[in-house]
Amino acid sequence: MEPLLTIKDLTAGFATDNGTVKAIDCVSLSIDRGQTLCLVGESGSGKSVTSLAIMRLLEFAGGRILEGSIRLAGNELTEQTQRQMIRIRGNQMAMIFQEPMSALNPVFTVGDQIAESIRLHQRKRKSEAKVMAVDLLRMVGIPDPETRARQYPHELSGGMCQRVVIAIALACRPELLIADEPTTALDVTVQAQLLDLLQQLQRELGMSMLLITHDMGIAARMADQIAVMYAGVVVEMGSVEALFDQPAHPYTVGLMQSVPSMEGERLSELHTIQGHVPALHAIPAGCRFHPRCPRAMPRCTSEAPPMMAVGPQQQAACWLYDDRASGFAAAPDWDNGEAER
Amino acid sequence: MMGSDLASANKPLLATASSPLVEARNVSKHFPIKQGLFNRAVGSVRAVDRVSLAIARGETFGLVGESGCGKSTLGRVMLQLQAATAGEVWFEGSSLGERKPRELRELRGRMQLIFQDPFGSLNPRFLVRDIIGEPFRVHTKLSSRDIDARVVDLMEKVGLDPSLRGHYPHEFSGGQRQRIGIARAIALRPSFVVADEAVSALDVSVQSQIVNLLMRLQRELGLTYLFIAHGLHIVRHISDRVGVMYLGRLVEVSSADELFKQPLHPYTSALLSAVPKPDPRDQRERIMLQGDVPSPANPPSGCRFHTRCPIARPRCMQEEPELRPLSGGREAACHFPLI
Repeated sequence: MEPLLTIKDLTAGFATDNGTVKAIDCVSLSIDRGQTLCLVGESGSGKSVTSLAIMRLLEFAGGRILEGSIRLAGNELTEQTQRQMIRIRGNQMAMIFQEPMSALNPVFTVGDQIAESIRLHQRKRKSEAKVMAVDLLRMVGIPDPETRARQYPHELSGGMCQRVVIAIALACRPELLIADEPTTALDVTVQAQLLDLLQQLQRELGMSMLLITHDMGIAARMADQIAVMYAGVVVEMGSVEALFDQPAHPYTVGLMQSVPSMEGERLSELHTIQGHVPALHAIPAGCRFHPRCPRAMPRCTSEAPPMMAVGPQQQAACWLYDDRASGFAAAPDWDNGEAER
Repeated sequence: MMGSDLASANKPLLATASSPLVEARNVSKHFPIKQGLFNRAVGSVRAVDRVSLAIARGETFGLVGESGCGKSTLGRVMLQLQAATAGEVWFEGSSLGERKPRELRELRGRMQLIFQDPFGSLNPRFLVRDIIGEPFRVHTKLSSRDIDARVVDLMEKVGLDPSLRGHYPHEFSGGQRQRIGIARAIALRPSFVVADEAVSALDVSVQSQIVNLLMRLQRELGLTYLFIAHGLHIVRHISDRVGVMYLGRLVEVSSADELFKQPLHPYTSALLSAVPKPDPRDQRERIMLQGDVPSPANPPSGCRFHTRCPIARPRCMQEEPELRPLSGGREAACHFPLI
């Protein structure tokens, strides 16, 4: 079966005084129906630009899709006009953002805001839409939805507001939900509630989800597939089990080791990745990670590695796997610090 | 100030036999809620309510809790950046409330704050050398040449290239900017440093660099930290002891190892359980807390956690539990601790 969303060689960027800078370069991803893809990476890795490009909202943020294709359920999104996109957004895909408070309009009741999004995409009478809004509030687990529908965003907590935002996004039953750091602004106990809610809604509605996060713990909990981004490119992707069992790319390995464990012996010193994420106008040649990579080879400084299969369900863009890519050899043993080649 | 007999009655359990470097004795900080034409106080937000804790010399005390629990306010009160509504803060053996303003100003060099936001806490119109050198100009009579030598020294200490001291903060990355903030904080050789969400805004790969730097500086300079954060992984790594706050109250104090292995307070237990583990096969039974944190302006009666507590009993609704010593030098404010 064809995946719901297929992105191929997507390049997007921003025009600046010094020419165009590419925020993402040749990104290829796909999401099957009913599955969750987690896009993991640090700030500046291009995760949010990717999601805005899929929604075709990048144009409104001053950016532009330069090349590549985005196919959602057979439609080529890069060829749609913004007028056509209005129909697709909301009905086929919807997005929720990090800051629930700023996503809601402070001068309308939450019930009105949900009803508005219903009436924008479906032919419904006002009274019908209001009843549907209350049902949606109940669906996202808000107690006493009739009262809540008449309240304004400032009367609700951050967690409640994010539930309202989810209700708006799901009003027209989209096939794809894009969630950009949906719980980052919330406390951990509220985050746990919302992650549960998203999982439950996904099961009930059978939708696909693109979840953007910087938290490996959230990715482990929510993802079927994971794609790790660094400085505008996907450096590794695969099934969640494969990625956590045997991370292949040195960046993925470093990312996982940087977060100390909550159990077991405490280390005297944390693992670090030296240096910092490069700025968009100063992307290193060759592999973009090579200046920070503990395993960089001469080749890495000049040639950009393509995605190579490193396991049955795992790919990485790293020259370490070049001569064994076809044979699915085991990933190097990182604990001993030396790969047997 | 509160009577000293009350303060000593609530004297917190000490980590070591020696006298603590900093101590909060029954500290409260209430903010009035003002309303109407004459700005009459109609109530108060009890941001910090009767908190006692002591931090030993050279120790790192981690303070965790969710937003609005009062952890940042407590940090600011301990530095006397905000005056306590009630209670006392003791530093190096004497109460800060009794110090004259001039004495307090001198003490400021010995107690410093590292901020969360490496973008907002550095003056964008100052060169790095001015930012790091400012404490010397304010507190000492050093010549500009001496100050420059100190700046070079400090930049090397925090892992910055001293040749960049003629640059502006916007030319640095987030992690480097946090290093500038740290260099400024340690300039006057403080003994006590409050790190308020000092690594929370940074990417994970940079976060670990800064944590390693803070721990190295602690060893080299004998610093005592109050490390305020909501990121539990980092708190466990850096802290000797950890305090958990909920709605203005300190509900548990334990060594970092024990707290994460076996929490005593049901809130601590729920907090730990809510953190997603980086393991896709994690099948842990999660303790799901219902609802949101109540407003600190109108906290629940009895135990403040009883409205969300999975094991609350009738007694919890009426009687507020005080922080009390339990086995192994640990403390919890719960009628029915999870032993």
